[in-house]
Amino acid sequence: MLYAILSTFLVAAIAPAVHRVTGRASGWVLGLLPAALFVYFLSFLPAVSSGESIVLSWPWLPGLDIHLSFLVDGLSLLFALLISGIGFFIVTYAGRYLEGHRDLGRFYVIILAFMGSMLGLVLADNLIAMFVFWELTSITSYLLIGYNHENADARKYALQGLIVTVGGGLALLAGIVMLAMAGGSYELSEILANGDVVREHSLYLPLLILILIGAFTKSAQVPFHFWLPRAMAAPTPVSAYLHSATMVKAGVYLLARLNPSLGGTEIWFTTLALFGAITMFTGVFLAFRSTGVKQVLAYSTVMALGTLTMLIGIGTETALMAAMAFLLAHSLYKGALFMVAGILDHEAGAKDFLQTGGLRTALPVTAAFAILAALSLGGVIPLFGFVAKELMLESVLEAPGLVGILTLLAVLTAILGVAVAAIVGIRPWFGARVETPKTPHHEAPPAMLAGPVVLASLGLIFGLGPGLADEGLVNAAAASVQGAPVDGYLALWHGINWPLAISAFSLIAGGLLYWRWEQARRALAWVDQAAEYGPEKGYFKMMDGLVWLSEWQTRVLQNGYLRYYVIVIVVMTAGLVGVTAQLFDVSVGTVHFERLRIHEMAIIAVLAASMLFAVTTRSRLGAVAALGSLGFTVALVYVLYSAADVGITQVLVETLTVILLVLVLFRLPGFLSLSSSALRLRDAGIALITGGMITLLMLSTLDARLFDSIAQYFIEESEPSGYGRNIVNVVLVDFRALDTLGEIFVLALAAIGVYAMIRFRAEDRR
Amino acid sequence: MNMHSLILRTAGHFLLPLLLLFSVFLLLRGHDEPGGGFIGGLVAAAAIVLYLFSMDIRSARKVLRVDPRDLLGAGMVLAVVSALPAAFLGQAFFTAQWWEFTAPVFGEIKLSTVLVFDIGVYLVVIGSVLTIMLNLAEAED
Repeated sequence: MLYAILSTFLVAAIAPAVHRVTGRASGWVLGLLPAALFVYFLSFLPAVSSGESIVLSWPWLPGLDIHLSFLVDGLSLLFALLISGIGFFIVTYAGRYLEGHRDLGRFYVIILAFMGSMLGLVLADNLIAMFVFWELTSITSYLLIGYNHENADARKYALQGLIVTVGGGLALLAGIVMLAMAGGSYELSEILANGDVVREHSLYLPLLILILIGAFTKSAQVPFHFWLPRAMAAPTPVSAYLHSATMVKAGVYLLARLNPSLGGTEIWFTTLALFGAITMFTGVFLAFRSTGVKQVLAYSTVMALGTLTMLIGIGTETALMAAMAFLLAHSLYKGALFMVAGILDHEAGAKDFLQTGGLRTALPVTAAFAILAALSLGGVIPLFGFVAKELMLESVLEAPGLVGILTLLAVLTAILGVAVAAIVGIRPWFGARVETPKTPHHEAPPAMLAGPVVLASLGLIFGLGPGLADEGLVNAAAASVQGAPVDGYLALWHGINWPLAISAFSLIAGGLLYWRWEQARRALAWVDQAAEYGPEKGYFKMMDGLVWLSEWQTRVLQNGYLRYYVIVIVVMTAGLVGVTAQLFDVSVGTVHFERLRIHEMAIIAVLAASMLFAVTTRSRLGAVAALGSLGFTVALVYVLYSAADVGITQVLVETLTVILLVLVLFRLPGFLSLSSSALRLRDAGIALITGGMITLLMLSTLDARLFDSIAQYFIEESEPSGYGRNIVNVVLVDFRALDTLGEIFVLALAAIGVYAMIRFRAEDRR
Repeated sequence: MNMHSLILRTAGHFLLPLLLLFSVFLLLRGHDEPGGGFIGGLVAAAAIVLYLFSMDIRSARKVLRVDPRDLLGAGMVLAVVSALPAAFLGQAFFTAQWWEFTAPVFGEIKLSTVLVFDIGVYLVVIGSVLTIMLNLAEAED
């Protein structure tokens, strides 16, 4: 399992090379990976559909209780199969859709890395591992959305998606840490078995809110729905992938995953059902209002995400079955429809439904399967979308509360959903032939048709034989969401009942709405003005505020005057030390001045003299020389106390520092004006306070001994296990080598920093 | 930055190889006696800086042969690489590995990842100090 997920990242790394070698066939070649993964995941199917869940674990950071552990059960397997299966079609599709694009190699890298992150996210059993993959999906999807990075809009909306989802991710991180505290483990499999403890825990409410923020931002629930349609700036294969099986479903996955441990409470039901239902209606309403091909599809995804959230919130057995069936149905038809949208763009140059019409003769195969997928979207018998919709309506009617409002929104959504399906399934293909920007000369190539054909057909097959989907996976998936086995089953025909009546009614009403689409849209034009004040406005306001804040704090803190930086650092240090000393009531050790010997006194005298000279002299060079003398005297102190290595280092560093200062001094203009006496007084005060504080700190450490000294250990072990007699060096390069590595890293960084400063200044002047 | 001092220039010529040799000596003896990669690196850097002061920036770069930034990078690589063998042997990261053998003429030789690491430190120190010094000296012109 670990290797399955790692393989995506490895293949991603070599993808550009593969692309260069295989050229036109690269989509098919790289498609082998998701195909192989799909087959691999399929091998878990028999065990999982018989109700097993498998945990595989590799130690990662065992000290922090973080393992790379994977949980394969109905829910995660359903997702893994969708991700890898649809992933196969996306990669092959993109190979043709983006053919000749100069960054196609890069595209493969990101999409495969994204696929790996997504697989890791749905399969991870450890919360921290899951979070890491969660953030990876945000980052890779940012790169995918901003793929056309020379386009300002693409960059802007990629950033918008990133900020919204990563902001939610931050909340999620806090939420899962609390969840782990409440559930007593970082392993999902253990937390899920501990549901009652979590629900009773005092942290339940805050952790629920935080996790919901994470899930809602990722899954574009109202009021965070605005980023999703904007993400349409991505190339179409990306949209198809993000919307059908991945990214936006991650939030839904999280809700479904945590349902056994968080679900079943009043607040869970109310929040999810309400937010879900509102999102569902908002999505379908905006879809109906839009005309851009991808816009319509994107908003209908918002609708689907809302539906799923609502169903998970309702949480009855029927609702969970409906959620899983709907998830599957939506992935199939949405994947197919987005790929069709890509074909429309690729072959006919049409990005807007108003530019299309009567294309069924030019693109017969595309048209046929687009209609099939659209029928599933509209929930028309006998497609799988119908099965899912019937169950959805049934669970809404049987919801434990809020039946009135949920039913109202569900019926409205069903009606508008049919109209949207008609826009997608009828508008481009029938009626009078509309002149498209490009005249399609031929049907789309097989690589681009494979996805719509297979996915749309699956929607029909599962619709005619719901048992296939049911026994295979949907049942097991619903069982893992419920946390207990599920008795229900999927069926095409439930007899004549309320859901069927609503379906029939919505079909007629939706058809009528489509017939009057243009008028209805015009009548709803006021929505655009209202949308000006929507949540997206808030987002832009927030971003402006952020820019203003960072400009302000840069002006104040990063003012470019070295002296102020030094003052800030020094005062902060002294303040923190002082406050800590106060809080912990630190005692100061006793100093034995009477033990001072004559040469030690001499050294102190030299130290004091150099210091006094350095602060009073009016010559820069004099100050530098005095500081040097100070340093050398300190080195002498080290040598006196037999720290030879430290002494030598001090001498050398001091030498080089003086040389460095001299080099710099040549470049400085002479003193134009000396500080006023007030300033000098202030500086003296700061220096005295800081110096005094540090002295107190040193004195207090003389007596304080919180832990046993480890010096003895180093002295004893230096020779037998470090093979060296110079303990200082053995500590530096062996016992504490990692610290040293960090230090030389800092050293190197500092050098590069100085280099950059000098060089870029020099270039600026030129 | 030419001091035009004949004494300094003559001394620089003689002192440079001696100081460099001394820095290597410090590096190698460091495990048992005062010295080590850090001190050795500082001495070597100081030697080049002395040469820089006695001659000029061009000859300092020439006598160094490589860009100090490359030394810096090479040092970082060596230091990191020295940590890896332990990982492949299934031990904790950075566990030191020692190989002892007797070679003709030299007698007993002890090689270790610790030495590799120390050489890395040595190079990083030379690289960083000289990157700063040489560029500062150059920026003056």
